[in-house]
Amino acid sequence: MTGAGVVLLTTFLASAVEAIEMVTIVVGVGATRGYRYTLLGAAAGLAVLAVVIAVGGIALAAIPLGPLRLAVGTLLLLFGLQWYRKGVVRVARRGFAGYRGEDQTEGPPTAAGIDWTAAFLAFKGVSLEGLEIAIIVVSFGASAGELGPAIVGGAAALVVIGALGFALKGPVERIPRSFLQLVVGTMLTSFGTFWALEGLAIDWPQSDADIVLLLIFYGMSAAAFIVLERRVRKQTLQAAQS
Amino acid sequence: MTTVWKVVVAVARFLYGYVVGDDLLLAVVMVLGIVATGFLVATKVNAWWLVPLLAVAMTGLDLWRRRRA
Repeated sequence: MTGAGVVLLTTFLASAVEAIEMVTIVVGVGATRGYRYTLLGAAAGLAVLAVVIAVGGIALAAIPLGPLRLAVGTLLLLFGLQWYRKGVVRVARRGFAGYRGEDQTEGPPTAAGIDWTAAFLAFKGVSLEGLEIAIIVVSFGASAGELGPAIVGGAAALVVIGALGFALKGPVERIPRSFLQLVVGTMLTSFGTFWALEGLAIDWPQSDADIVLLLIFYGMSAAAFIVLERRVRKQTLQAAQS
Repeated sequence: MTTVWKVVVAVARFLYGYVVGDDLLLAVVMVLGIVATGFLVATKVNAWWLVPLLAVAMTGLDLWRRRRA
């Protein structure tokens, strides 16, 4: 493989990792709160990113990602934990029945108002991950003297992973909402934890693979909480009946 | 109330609801956990485990408080 080919493949794979995180957030939030404002937030994130890339150019490689990761990660962690806890409570209470009609203030907005939460979440996910892709492209491309193939690799990763996310939109929407809220809450909490601590220059023992371990840790904890909540609820009902 | 003030109040309410939600204690403890991790990292302790453990512990505490309420 030529130097250009190696740069293209490397930037494609590295960018694909970031694009998976970006698309996961957009599809998860869209399926939970509706796609209209999620996609508007994502589009706004891409627009800001385009301006940053146009203005910054090669200088992007000098942007300090640490503080940005810390700020975005902390916000995602705090918001993700709210959905995580509410998802645990709802799945424990109603299984996979969803929550339509139970508490409309927590679901997608029913009025004509703007869903700032969906737009803000998508905006942050797209702008941060997009910026990381841009930095990967610039740093790989500039250091290898192959900026063109690097741009093609980064753009191809975005298109391929974006198309995969779009293809998965339908199946994701069929997942019961209470469970979906728990899954998205678990994902946001995991990504938030990872990014916030990366921003503090934590040395993750397994590097990026620790995102998967965080997902497993939070997922198993949620399962334990659900079992505990159901047990306590059952005991309370039995005590009330006797 | 002026339009600018209404926008400021709406943005502040959104940010509070987004970041804090209905559990101020959880948000405060998590931010303190991140700050503590920062201090530990500065003293060469790779405390990656602190925030995940705090997150699960605070979720458990919140669920317990809600059951009792």
